[in-house]
Amino acid sequence: MYRYTLKRLLMIIPVIIGVSLIIFVAMDLAPGNAVDYLAPEDATEEDLKLLEQQLGLDQPLLIRYVKYMGGLVQGDLGVSYISNQDVMGTYMDRLPNTIALAAASIVVAVGLSIPLGIISAVHNGSIRDNLAMVFALLGLSMPNFWVGLLLIIYLSNGLGWFPSGGFNDGLLSLVLPAITAGTGFMAVITRTTRSSMLDVLNQDYLRTARAKGVNEKTVVKKHALKNALIPIITISGTQLGALLGGSVLTETVFSWPGVGRLIIDSVNSRDTPMVTGSIIMTTIIISLLLLAVDLLYAVVDPRLRSRYGAKGR
Amino acid sequence: MKTVVATEKVRKKRTRFGEVMHRLSKNKGAMAGLAIIAILVLIAVFADVLFDYENQVIAMNISDRLQGPSWEHPFGTDEKGRDMFIRILYGSRYSLAIGAVAVLIALAAGMVLGAVAGYYGGAIEEIIMRVTDIFASVPYMLMAIVVISVLGSSTLNLMIAVGVTSIPAFVRITRASVLTVRNQEYLEAAKAIGRTNKAIILFHILPNCLSPIIVQVTLRIASAIISASGLSFLGLGVPKPSPEWGSLLSAGRGFIRDSGYLTLFPGLVIMITVMAFNLLGDGLRDALDPKLKERKGG
Repeated sequence: MYRYTLKRLLMIIPVIIGVSLIIFVAMDLAPGNAVDYLAPEDATEEDLKLLEQQLGLDQPLLIRYVKYMGGLVQGDLGVSYISNQDVMGTYMDRLPNTIALAAASIVVAVGLSIPLGIISAVHNGSIRDNLAMVFALLGLSMPNFWVGLLLIIYLSNGLGWFPSGGFNDGLLSLVLPAITAGTGFMAVITRTTRSSMLDVLNQDYLRTARAKGVNEKTVVKKHALKNALIPIITISGTQLGALLGGSVLTETVFSWPGVGRLIIDSVNSRDTPMVTGSIIMTTIIISLLLLAVDLLYAVVDPRLRSRYGAKGR
Repeated sequence: MKTVVATEKVRKKRTRFGEVMHRLSKNKGAMAGLAIIAILVLIAVFADVLFDYENQVIAMNISDRLQGPSWEHPFGTDEKGRDMFIRILYGSRYSLAIGAVAVLIALAAGMVLGAVAGYYGGAIEEIIMRVTDIFASVPYMLMAIVVISVLGSSTLNLMIAVGVTSIPAFVRITRASVLTVRNQEYLEAAKAIGRTNKAIILFHILPNCLSPIIVQVTLRIASAIISASGLSFLGLGVPKPSPEWGSLLSAGRGFIRDSGYLTLFPGLVIMITVMAFNLLGDGLRDALDPKLKERKGG
């Protein structure tokens, strides 16, 4: 198990190198650079050159990349071209907001979708099952930023129940963004739960449990759900990863000061260190999260512990 | 008894394609999805015949600005007095084309790389799969934003950005499918009669692992339409005044307080379109792999 974990952790290193190379080169190829963003309108040719020198943009790409990687090895993500602040510090300032949004979204998604998926599977083919599946299909088909806009129109502007953006109202500010980001995931998790539960519900050991007189609620809750959890954990983990890296649209709709907004603003201002550093950090967090999900399988299913052990050897 | 025998005969006569189409035609959801897609494709193809782009789609008519839905303007008018119903219908041309071309780009690159990785194995497979892992480890929306920043905002670049982010999915699914057929006897036979590797991949391997790829194409068009509209919403997509659905939503956002219909209708059309592709994709999956449907209990 430890060897397996170590192997997975080491596998993150080539991913970081690859991602940093792709993003660094891409930002260099993009038209314009941070100088265009920083320079005043009346800047002379000399001013522009001086600014370029100060930012180190006059050096060849390879040199800049090697320097950047030299810093990265020591845990230094560089300094923002635009704000002149430490990239790691800025990222860490925004990260709690993104984590709060992702955690709230996954709570909304898992909290609603697992019961819905179970009801749907237990009453397979009934009206309840069909309604749940229609609900899941709708969730899967609605662009989440549109859901956010509708929530603002009806629940914020219309009924005035929630703020339409920002995060000055504490938990209330989190409700609409969490529903927005969670809708699509709710649909995916509902479908996965239903399918996984259907696989399990017809197993022989459940028939045995029923034959022994265990009541249906216990059969579903204790025997079926626990064995149907692995695909649900997998999908919830990957969805949480997607939320940590991909809530750009939700953050834009609700002016939520998270990592997604930081990255898109930095891309627009061609702030290469900020873009590269933020994407590397996001990639590391997602990789660690996926590893944690893999390790969680072993907790849920003891049979897998020995398999992880075998892999590590 | 006679009926049973007759049904058996019909079943035997049907080709695999016929069998799949027969199963698909029995799926009401998939048929509804197919019908919606067919209507949208027809509107998109004949948009120039149905509407006058200069006068009806982009021309301003300030005296009619921001009128709510009515018989004259079923989806209302925008801030420049343009009929939203016409703009949304015309916009199907952009959104469907972006979805389809983006998936074609991903399909072409992903199928080739996945097939090569699966067929050759060894170092080639290792390199292709590790590079795929690196691309897939960056959240697709962030990757698409970076790609667009490199290429610039335009309809074609939006297609490329969405397409590039979908490549890893096709590489993985094609490789997985190829691995299942790689050791089949008919491939040995093909090698024995001297067919080249390229011919074996193109004419023997890929046609035999198309089922999951077809399903993936349908479902990916749905997600490509959503991704593209999201990027347009961020101002990174189709330039104004083209009525791409994401751009319409983005423009409507400015009038969200008093003219919510500007946001409601474009999103509703995106939802219906995506739902149609999802229904068709689900139906195709069930039709191509009926055992899966039995397992799912559908």
